[in-house]
Formats: sequence, structure tokens, C-alpha cells
Amino acid sequence: MSVARRSLVIGVSLAALAITPAIALAAGEPFYVTLLTRIMIFAIAALSLDLILGYGGMVSFGHAAYLGIGAYAVGILAFYGITSGPLQFAVAILASAAAAAMIGAVSLRTSGVYFIMITLAFAQMLYFLAESLNIYGGDDGLNIAQPSDFGRLVDLGDPPTLYYVVLAVLLVLLLLSRQLINSRFGLLVQGVKSNERRMAALGFPTFRYKLVAFILSGTICGLAGALFANLTLFCSPSIMHWTRSGEIMMMVILGGMGSLFGPVLGAALYLLLETVLSGATEHWQAILGPLLVLVVLFSRSGFFGMLIGERTARGRADG
Amino acid sequence: MKSTIAVAAALSLLVAPAFAEQSVKIGFVTTLSGPAGVIGKHMKDASTLALEMLGGKIGGLPATIVYGDDQFKPDVGRQISEEMLQRDKVDFMTGFIWSNVLLASYQPIIRSGVILIGANAGPHELAGAMCAPNYFSASWQNDQTPEAMGKFMNDQKMNDVYLIAPDYAAGKDMVNGFKRYFKGKVAAEVYTKPGQSDYQVEISQIRQAAPKALFIFLPGGMGIQFVKQYAQSGLRDQIPLYSAFTVDETTLPAIGDAAAGNYEVSFWSPDLDNPRNRQFVAAFRAKYHYMPSYYAAQSFDAINMIDAAVTAVKGNLADKQGMIAAIDKADFPSVRGAFKYGPNHFPIENFYLLKIVKDADGEYVRKIQSTIFADHADAYASECKMK
Amino acid sequence: MTAVLEQLLNGAQFGVMLFLMAAGLTLIFGIMNLINLAHGSLYMAGAYVAAATFAAFGSFLLALLAALAAAVALGAAIEIVVFRTLYDREHLDQVLATFGLILFFNELVRMIWGATALYMQVPAFLAGHVELLSGSPYPTYRLAVIGAGLAVALLLHLLIARTRIGMLIRAGASNRAMVDALGVNVTLLYTLVFALGAALAAFAGAMAGPIFTVESGMGESVLILAFVVIVIGGIGSLRGAFVAALLVGIVDAMGRAFLRPLLASFMSHAAADNAGPALASMLIYILMAAILLIRPQGLFPPRGR
Repeated sequence: MSVARRSLVIGVSLAALAITPAIALAAGEPFYVTLLTRIMIFAIAALSLDLILGYGGMVSFGHAAYLGIGAYAVGILAFYGITSGPLQFAVAILASAAAAAMIGAVSLRTSGVYFIMITLAFAQMLYFLAESLNIYGGDDGLNIAQPSDFGRLVDLGDPPTLYYVVLAVLLVLLLLSRQLINSRFGLLVQGVKSNERRMAALGFPTFRYKLVAFILSGTICGLAGALFANLTLFCSPSIMHWTRSGEIMMMVILGGMGSLFGPVLGAALYLLLETVLSGATEHWQAILGPLLVLVVLFSRSGFFGMLIGERTARGRADG
Repeated sequence: MKSTIAVAAALSLLVAPAFAEQSVKIGFVTTLSGPAGVIGKHMKDASTLALEMLGGKIGGLPATIVYGDDQFKPDVGRQISEEMLQRDKVDFMTGFIWSNVLLASYQPIIRSGVILIGANAGPHELAGAMCAPNYFSASWQNDQTPEAMGKFMNDQKMNDVYLIAPDYAAGKDMVNGFKRYFKGKVAAEVYTKPGQSDYQVEISQIRQAAPKALFIFLPGGMGIQFVKQYAQSGLRDQIPLYSAFTVDETTLPAIGDAAAGNYEVSFWSPDLDNPRNRQFVAAFRAKYHYMPSYYAAQSFDAINMIDAAVTAVKGNLADKQGMIAAIDKADFPSVRGAFKYGPNHFPIENFYLLKIVKDADGEYVRKIQSTIFADHADAYASECKMK
Repeated sequence: MTAVLEQLLNGAQFGVMLFLMAAGLTLIFGIMNLINLAHGSLYMAGAYVAAATFAAFGSFLLALLAALAAAVALGAAIEIVVFRTLYDREHLDQVLATFGLILFFNELVRMIWGATALYMQVPAFLAGHVELLSGSPYPTYRLAVIGAGLAVALLLHLLIARTRIGMLIRAGASNRAMVDALGVNVTLLYTLVFALGAALAAFAGAMAGPIFTVESGMGESVLILAFVVIVIGGIGSLRGAFVAALLVGIVDAMGRAFLRPLLASFMSHAAADNAGPALASMLIYILMAAILLIRPQGLFPPRGR
């Protein structure tokens, strides 16, 4: 029963995503193509966070840093005239992976609130670093002259093309994530979330598993960042501000932590609400704030959970 | 469920009327929140007044102004600009307090062909290499105002001047402009964080350096905080304070006594004596009960410029060339008096020395003391390759 | 030398304000195991109420009292409505719920007082400056802030160490169940502690009014630093918060003032101009990371829990 509903929700959503550009362009409203591309990019970021947050129990409050690294990789290379798409994306992915490896290696030695604080601190450090590098615009941001060049393969400067590329990336990542979660590695990471001491007692190298998951998560988020740079053709330090990390976390929670499609719905819900509400009233945050509080207090399975009629058990994890 | 809503929303757009009555939409990007929100208020009030005085019509067509809040952030400004272009489909864009926000938003607007009238920021890039046919400035080029102060202080034979500006595009323009005409010794050039509010560290450093004079560019809330803290520190009597865009009608109500006797420079002042300006200042004060600043004056002119353009093409908004030619003539009543446009679409205008004094009502105002530059052009016109 | 003294004082002034924020946070976290991101909102509320009261009535004392009263009321309200449910939840839930509260309060002050900032004058009896060493005047108000902060620190220490309430608080931190079993109303105790934390934050906000701009979102930057302080100092330790706050404040002030000239002595000016401010803003976080690597529990971890 729940499986059928789940498939229905996912299927309808994906179908809607697939046909929207055609409808929007026919109606002469290209704005919605841009908006939904933005939603899907944040869906990728939220998905990456959910992998370690929902499944791994690691509360990383500095995920926006990887968005920034990916975006600035594209921006800085373009600044020096290197516009090759494959090269830019490769650098974005490698740089995010390296950063996640370094940050994870230090942060994962701590746990609980210390872990939250230290991931936040690292994100702030990168934010301040970007702010002070005046050569790359600093606080003013960096204009990107042209999108990543993939030659005749795709033209990322054409909004519908970019839209479908992002959609394809999102789909591939959803499928890969499902494989990952159900793999031995994925089950072990979930085991660590459930009871790390037990896993360690069973002889598993928990630190290594957490670190690998952390690096994967950061890398995917970096990819989202590179796509974001192509969407906006502009990167600025504000993309790495800690409140941005909070927003991504909100998307995960609103959508449904611990599910794969939840973050996608969460990103859509958050950004659509922001767009609609800010058009309706300038005080939209007064509505969004309490909404988040309510969702946290009463429904961990988020919007996706509500749609498929599921309630996860609200227990208290150890430690 | 939600996806159904999304689809329904998309479909409902098709039902909306495709052709409303011909009207003019103007996108106005400014800062409405935070300490700089006071500047946005001046601009919003002035543009609203301008439209009202035109009977709610631009060039005879019903008009609306869509306001966006850039929160003093370049990426937000860029995003709102793109939304105004794509979602609201505006016919003109104007506003833009900050150089960095303008520079971030510039490319998408110019590419779209929509006419952009800068109502405050005037970064040198846009006066030079990045000039464009569909961009005009209703204000000035950033360097010009500090150039005037530089000339004044140079003519006064001052030496050993300490400079402070925020670390962003306009800050650097201001310092460059000052140094272009001031040939004395510069004690130091200090760039602070944009939006910074605590200047104790910098004031301590000034005390250490012991210069003869201080020239600052700290617009909005930054200036309010600095001037107040400077007065509190007791340095004001030893090291006189000169400024540009810092002590003005947006900041004087909050600064008060701390700025008495200071010198400033501008291309305009409420006491500038021409019929159009008298009309503007009187109408503004009558409606809003406070003194307009140059931000307000510039916004007022921008709306009237757009009106002149649409009138010239008789409401044919598709005739961009015609509208551009009309604006270039600068043939409308401006609050600064008559002026011309340079080849890079920046005004050639006068610059005055101002002093902060108490007026008849006991309020602090800026009053013109003398003309420093007459018909002054900016220094970057030759770098613009237009025409 | 006077330059160094002046920057030390600047650092101390910033430090005591951080301490006021951090004290509340560390008490609440240490005793109630509650992460409260909305602590910055209490600081903001204090600043807004103080600025508005001062503008309306011209009395600094009244402004302070109003700010304290408002914060206590607001704190108690939040505690009863939101936090009672959160005590048993995971830290993640607490982080997210209080993050939502931040959004709400930021918008609420915009709705009440408008989006443009409020400005608070330095009260007349604290205006002017004091000559510390000859030729080195320092603003009286900032000295007053340092003094007030130190006084509060002392009072807090006496409260926790020497009074019955303080004993109950410490006991509740050690073993809540036992204190409850002994017949003490732990729920009321928690509310009191929360109110105390809120009052401290509001006091910091009210004192900050004349120095910083009173605007929506002003609590966030102080909040992050306050968390850094309690992590460095050791969560739950007042002494740690005090030492760490002064350390952070002074390091920040010195870094902002002296890093660039220091770097310029062996780097090109342009490079120093870039690297100086960059390093200065990252300095505190580097400090925190370094301390956590050596002492993961902070400088003064409280004994036993």
C-alpha cells in the first residue's frame, strides 16, 4: 500500500518536472524554468546532506561550504579563462572531496554539539576566506562570463538544456543513492547512526565509514555548487554563509529526513514557499519559521512522510 | 499532491490574459532593510512622489513601479533583477544604491535590452569599458564627488590626510577620485568592512597616526556609527572630519550635533536654487515631512527621465532606440538644473562645497557654500567605446 | 604601547559582551542539555526594547530594566511553549526548532519596528572619555561596559557558588532525577535558569545598543561567537566561558588591528592587505579548532555530569 503511494508520488513529481519546461516556455514564462532549475540544484544539495544526516546521524551545519567550493571552482577557473566544462567540473568535484576529507578528518573526532559547532566553524572560515580574497571579488562576488563549455555535447547557456541536465543529474544521484543506502556500506553507516558503540564492538572501523560517507556527501554538494554557478553565472561568499547551511537542513527536515525523495520535495517546498510567500507578504519568514518549528516538533517524516502516509517512530538516539 | 499543485499553477498561467492594456512597468532595486534601509526609503518616497506628480502615468500610459529589496547583497540584487526581467517583465530598470550590487546585476539587464537608469551608484567600469547604449546614469560617476573634495582640500593646501572607505567597488572609486585631484600627502588609506558598525579599532589607529585631517566615505548606517563614535572619542576637535556621501539628509537625523560644522560635497543640495528643485523639495516635504536627500533627488529625476523617453516615442515601448535618443538629450526639467550627457551616458554637471549648519528651525541641514567644479565630466569617458 | 593597551581594552569590552551571551548559553546547555540558537534573538530583543525605551523616555536605567523585563517574559514564554517539548529531543531537533524561532523573531522585530535600523544614543552621563594614560582617551561608555560585565560575572559566580538556588542549579546539572526525587520542582528550576540566561543576553543586547546598530538579525553574528566561546571554554563551565570570552575578544581585536601591519613587515603591501583581514576574521575559528584538537572537551570542562 505504502509502496504504491510512494511510487505514485515520486512518479507524478518526476513527470511534472519533465514536462514543465515545455509548458512554461509555451506560456512565455521562462522564469519558471529558472526557478525549477534552482529547486533541483538545491534538491541535490539537500539529498547530499540527507545521506549523512538522515542515514548517518551526522549533523553537519557547514554543508553550504561545499556548495561554495563547487561554485567558486567554476568561477575562479573561468576568471582565468579556463572555460572547459569537464575540467571545471572535475576541479569542483575534486576540491569538494578534498575539503570534505580534511574537514571530516578533524570534525569526526568529535561528536554531538562539538561536531555541529566545528562543522559550522569550518564553513565560516571558508566564508571569511572567500570574502577577503579581493582578487576574486571578495564580498562583491565574481561574475562568470560564460557557462561551462561542454562543446557540442550540451549548451549549458540554454536554460531548458541546463534544466534537463540538472534533472538528469538529480535522477542519476537518486538512483545511485538508493543503491548506496541498500549496499553493505550504507547499512553499516546506518548501523553507526543507530548505535556506534555496538558497531565498534562488532569490529567495524566506524570512523572510516563515517568519513567516507562524509566525503561522498560533500562531493555531491560540490557538484550542486558547480551547477549553481552555471545557473546564476555569479558566485559570492554568501553562498557559503552558515544560514545557507541552515536552509539546506530545513529542506531536508521539511521534506522528510531519512528518505531519499524527501529532500527533493523539501527543496521544492521551501523554495516555492519562499517565492510565493515573498510575493504575497514581505513578512513571509514569520510564517516559515513557526512552520519549521511545528514540523520538527510533530513530524519527523516531513512532507514526504505525510504524503505517503507514514510516521517514523520518534525515539531518542543515544548520545 | 504538491506536484499536482505545481502542474496546476503552470497551467493556470496559460489562462491569464496575454495582453493587458498597454502599461509601463518600472523595476526599482533598492535597499529596504537593515541600517541602509533609510536610503531605500528616500528613494522609494521620491519615486512614488514623481509618479504621483505625473498623474500615475509615464508618457501617458498607466504605470507601476515594482520595488525590490537587495538587502545590500550583490547576489540578492542580481536575483531580484532577473526576477523583475523574467517574471514581472519590466520595461525599465532603475534604482541601485550600491556599486557592487549594480555591477553584479548589470550583465543580465543590459543583455535583455531593457533600459537601465542608475539612480545612485556610478562605478567607473560602467563609465568606461563596460558602457552600454541602454544604460544611463541619473546621478554621477563615483569618482566625481570625491574629486571635488580632493580639489577643495588641495586648494586649501592641506597635507597629511587620512582616508577611510569601505572595502567594496565604490570605496575604491572614492579614494581614487580623491587622489586624482589631491596632490598632498596621504597619511593612510584604510578600507573597512562594508556594513561594519564598530569603529573603535580604526579610531584608535587614527589617534596613533595623528594626521592633520580625515576624509571618509561611509554611506548609510556606517557613517552614522563612525561619526558618532568619532565625536565620542574626542578627536573631532584635533583632526577635522571631511566626507562625501556620509553626512547627508539620510544620516543627519541620527548623527545630529556630532556633525556640526563638517564639510561635504555633492552635485545637488536641497537649497539649490532653480524652479524645478524648489518645486520638488516643497512637494517632498509637504507629503513626507522630512528633508529629501540626493538619493531622493536622483530617483525623482530617474522617473522623470523615463517619462520624457516614453513621451518622446509617443508610448511606443518597442522603440528602444528612440527612447535612448530622447534620454540622451537630457531634455527634461531636472532638479539639478540643466545638464548634458557625456558620450558614456554619464552627466556633465556642477559640484558644490557644502557645510553642515543649523537652519531656521534648529535642524541640521547641508548648505551650499561655493561651486568647486562647473560642468565637470568624469575621468573615464575616453575608455568608453560607444558611438 | 598605548596602541596595544587600547586594543586590549577594545578586546576586553567585546569579550565581556561575549561572556554575557556565553554565560546564558552555557548554563542552559550545561544544565538543561538544550542547544538554543534563539539565544541571539533574546539579545536582539534586549537591544530593541532598550533602544525604543530610551528613545521614548530618555532614561538609560529605565531602558535597561525594560530590556531585562522583556527578555525574561519572552524567555519564559518560549520555554513553556517550545522548549518543554524539546528537552527530551535530540540536539538536531533543538537546533532546527530554534533555527525556525530565529527566522520568526527576526521577522517579528521587522514587523514591530520596521526594517530600517534603530539608533541608540550613548546616555549623557556616560558620554565623553577618560584619560587612561596621558594622551590616550578611551570612551567612558566602553569602560562602563567592561565594568558592568565584570560585575555581572562576579554576581553570577556568587549566585551559583554561594546561594541555595545556585546549589540547586548545580545539583540539577549533576543529576536531574535525583533532585526531582528529593522534591525540588525541577520544571520551575529550569524555567528560572532559562529566564536568567535570557536576562543576561538582554543585558548584553541593551549595552550593545549604542555601539552596534540595532537591526533585525543582529543576534546571529554574536551567537556564533558565543558558541565558539562555550566550546573553547568547556560546555557548562562558567569559568571556562569567562576565560574563553576574554580570550576570543582580545584575539579578535588584536588580530584586526595588528595582523595586517605584522604581515606587511615581511610581505608585499598588496598581499598583506588581502591576507591580513582574511586571517583576522578566521583567527577565532582557527583558535577553536586548535584548542579542540588538544583538549576536545574545552579548557575547563565541568567535573561530572
